[in-house]
Amino acid sequence: MSRRRHSDSENEGGQAHKRRRTSEPIEIEDRLESLICRVGEKSTSSLESNLEGLAGVLEADLPNYKNKILRILCAVARLLPEKLTVYTTLVGLLNARNYNFGGEFVEAMIRQLKETLKNNLYNEAVYLVRFLSDLVNCHVIAAPSMVAMFENFVSVTQEEDVPQVRSDWFVYVVLSCLPWVGKELYEKKDVEMDRLLSQIEGYLKRRVKTHVPMLQVWTAEKPHPQEEYLDCLWAQIQKLKKDRWQERHILRPYIAFDSVLCEALQHNLPPFTPPGHMPDAQYPMPRVVFRMFDYTDAPEGPVMPGSHSVERFVIEENLHCIIKTHWRERKTCAAQLLSYPGKNKIPLNYHIVEVIFGELFQLPSPPHIDVMYTTLLIELCKLQPGSLPQVLAQATEMLYMRLDTMNSSCVDRLINWFSHHLSNFQFRWSWDDWSDCLTMDLEKPKPKFVKEVLEKSMRLSYHQRIVDIVPPTFSALIPAEPIFSYKYEDESASSLPGYPASVTVGNAIKNRASNEEILTILKEVPNPNQEDDDDEGESFNPLKVDVFLQTLLHLAAKSFSHSFSALGKFHEILKALTESDEGKLHILKVVYDVWRNHPQMIAVLVDKMIRTQIVDCAAVANWLFSQDMAHEFTRLFIWEILHSTIRKMDKHVQKIQQELEEAKDKLEKQQHKRQKDSGDDEDMDKNSEDEEGQLEEQIERLQEKVESAQSEQKNLFLVIFQRFIMLLTEHLVRCETGSVDITTPWYKNCVGRLQQVFLMHHVTIQQYMGTLENLLFTAELDPHILAVYQQFCALQL
Amino acid sequence: MSVKLNALFSDSYVDISQYRDQHFKGNRYDQEKLLKQSNTLYVGNLSFYTTEDQVHEIFSKSGDVKRIIIGLDKVKKTACGFCFVEYYTRTGAENAMRFINGTRLDDRIIRTDWDAGFKEGRQYGRGKSGGQVRDEYRQDYDPARGGYGKLASQHRPTEAQNTF
Repeated sequence: MSRRRHSDSENEGGQAHKRRRTSEPIEIEDRLESLICRVGEKSTSSLESNLEGLAGVLEADLPNYKNKILRILCAVARLLPEKLTVYTTLVGLLNARNYNFGGEFVEAMIRQLKETLKNNLYNEAVYLVRFLSDLVNCHVIAAPSMVAMFENFVSVTQEEDVPQVRSDWFVYVVLSCLPWVGKELYEKKDVEMDRLLSQIEGYLKRRVKTHVPMLQVWTAEKPHPQEEYLDCLWAQIQKLKKDRWQERHILRPYIAFDSVLCEALQHNLPPFTPPGHMPDAQYPMPRVVFRMFDYTDAPEGPVMPGSHSVERFVIEENLHCIIKTHWRERKTCAAQLLSYPGKNKIPLNYHIVEVIFGELFQLPSPPHIDVMYTTLLIELCKLQPGSLPQVLAQATEMLYMRLDTMNSSCVDRLINWFSHHLSNFQFRWSWDDWSDCLTMDLEKPKPKFVKEVLEKSMRLSYHQRIVDIVPPTFSALIPAEPIFSYKYEDESASSLPGYPASVTVGNAIKNRASNEEILTILKEVPNPNQEDDDDEGESFNPLKVDVFLQTLLHLAAKSFSHSFSALGKFHEILKALTESDEGKLHILKVVYDVWRNHPQMIAVLVDKMIRTQIVDCAAVANWLFSQDMAHEFTRLFIWEILHSTIRKMDKHVQKIQQELEEAKDKLEKQQHKRQKDSGDDEDMDKNSEDEEGQLEEQIERLQEKVESAQSEQKNLFLVIFQRFIMLLTEHLVRCETGSVDITTPWYKNCVGRLQQVFLMHHVTIQQYMGTLENLLFTAELDPHILAVYQQFCALQL
Repeated sequence: MSVKLNALFSDSYVDISQYRDQHFKGNRYDQEKLLKQSNTLYVGNLSFYTTEDQVHEIFSKSGDVKRIIIGLDKVKKTACGFCFVEYYTRTGAENAMRFINGTRLDDRIIRTDWDAGFKEGRQYGRGKSGGQVRDEYRQDYDPARGGYGKLASQHRPTEAQNTF
């Protein structure tokens, strides 16, 4: 995507030309950047001649701009891995022309590698090592020294007492370079390479793989096994080795320059010791390879490479890299994906769709925000209107067919994606193809999915639209009309104990009565929980809450803004009514009661009430798990509210922690300043001391606030997990005593939801593992439930 | 070592547009500064029938929405096809510019743009007839935006008389 710079568009004719001719250094540097970044893109000339030309230009600029060129090349090695071989060829040509430059580049890359590892940028480090290994193919680096580096990497598998994810990474790096450089390394050092591979094989056999079930999108092995990523890569490399390292997919521009490159002198990589394990290191989490297509799925045209072919690995890697580079700009991203080199030999649309869904469904979470994938797919459909929509429809159909074994988080994302996608295409879909779901129990995954999709689709449109777009046979799955359910609607409700008060309160609100007046009216509301003669002070009166809130929300039912305004206006009264935990729970019950047909409204009201501290997070959690909500337990909106609540708690803790850090920084600066200026002025010193004293007090207060917030957060998770354990244990016991199979749709859903809590908030939950293990996930727990916890722990090995 | 390559980090969907609010109290520089830090988006080309619920649903996909203000006809006080969406974070607004701008809501391609921040009064259309300026002058028939543009609909009755 061309970025036209302001100076270009303000083309003042002669002046602009003059500016370019005098060529300021900054402009040259920008030009160099642009030239290097753009090489390999669509051009009238061949790639080879462009590389040749660019090598000439850069060689000429080396005397004046060597450091800049080094930095740019190191950056593209790290940031444009999808163009790896283009840039290794370029470096190869430069090295052939200027041996010293080649040496300096290799040194710069090693420095960059050390830094990326130090900064926990493991994914980028993989690209750097891959770049170095491809430089062997370009005669820049001597093969034996590359093998030596690999040997050092693999020796990490011998380390003791290190997390498995650490040695995983070093093995992954070595294996993932072999598609590019395996052939060359085997030709030069086959004995050493065999030893290396056999060490890796031994390691892979020893590895613990408890984490795998938690990361699989589908629990079924058919039609495509969801393989652990290292197992899959190992199988791919084994196959490549069997094929004598013949690899035909990777674009290798350096082959055309072989005569020039083989004249070049090679450099040896300096011995590279992998940095030792640091306790704060964050190695990449293990993954599972997502596959949904195979060679049977692309009906015409080129055949899809097999799941254990190295081509599959390379294609997927490159497509992931393209998305990583261009995700912010959907038009560029789509264009780059569709112009993948070698696209005529592969069913590219299928690969693209598979990679995109692979990212969208990735566990614990997608690499980028969910909505990006929706918009990217729409963009792709625009660019390939004759072919991509069909592949997408085929994919959707397949995903629907396999809902029974799909992970809950992934089903949620599929619901959100599909409804949003449809809303961009007038909700056109062949619903009749899915009429099989109409004859099933509505709690089964397929009808549930359709129901949730229709509900989300309604939120993006309106009720009648949904009625119009589905066949009449689907009426059982259509969502309810999202209207308010007012208990005290009319005279037919006059026998209800709260009815008279509701009328009075309603009129009072309409006549803009003050809060005191309204509270006075509410005092008269009888308390169904209190005995007539019981004078033991104020016990909680649920009817008060009911009357006030039902009436208020009824008057404000017109829109979200009206309801928010109402909550704001009567905040004082609401706070008074919800002082106790019972009060908080009851207010949530009333909100559900009146808006049960409009889950979207429930969610935004609960959000507002947490933010304005009418209810707290634990109250929301207790409400969602309460008996009253049991019949809604498997609906998507329940979990959206729960996760939103956990996120709000998280943001709250982070906010206070940040305030604390800022105060501490301020104090440090202040103390530093005082030390520097001390003795200059007695008055200034005293002011300084006072300020410091105030800051110290503030820090103490903030410290307490942080501790209190963290305690609230820990409590929230305890409540949630405790409730899960209670519900699941009840179910398991009931099934056991009744000799019934435990795996009901409800059970599968509940276990999936428990996993989802762990996965979506793993970073925060890490802090409280000790407490969770001591109090809740003990050895006495039913093994079915404990297994979920153990799988979660295995992610951090 | 960590070189930021300008050519690579293009994020053009997030750039500010050429539009500047003529009623803004302050100079161009102030306005641009606010636009570049803003968490608020202007949303245009909405149907008159699009509700706050729908706006909330779609814009929540890019981040937590703090507030939505539906644009109103100054005279009729009914929705006139635009709104403001304010996020709690800048990131939410940026992702909306990247991924929701230019996609459909209520079957219409909606357009988002940075806004310097909601101020009372800005929720009203600035067209002479009370709606948005664009609806004063447009020539086409758009059933979701009151039919013909105001100027065009003034000419219409005369034409009908002529055909008779």
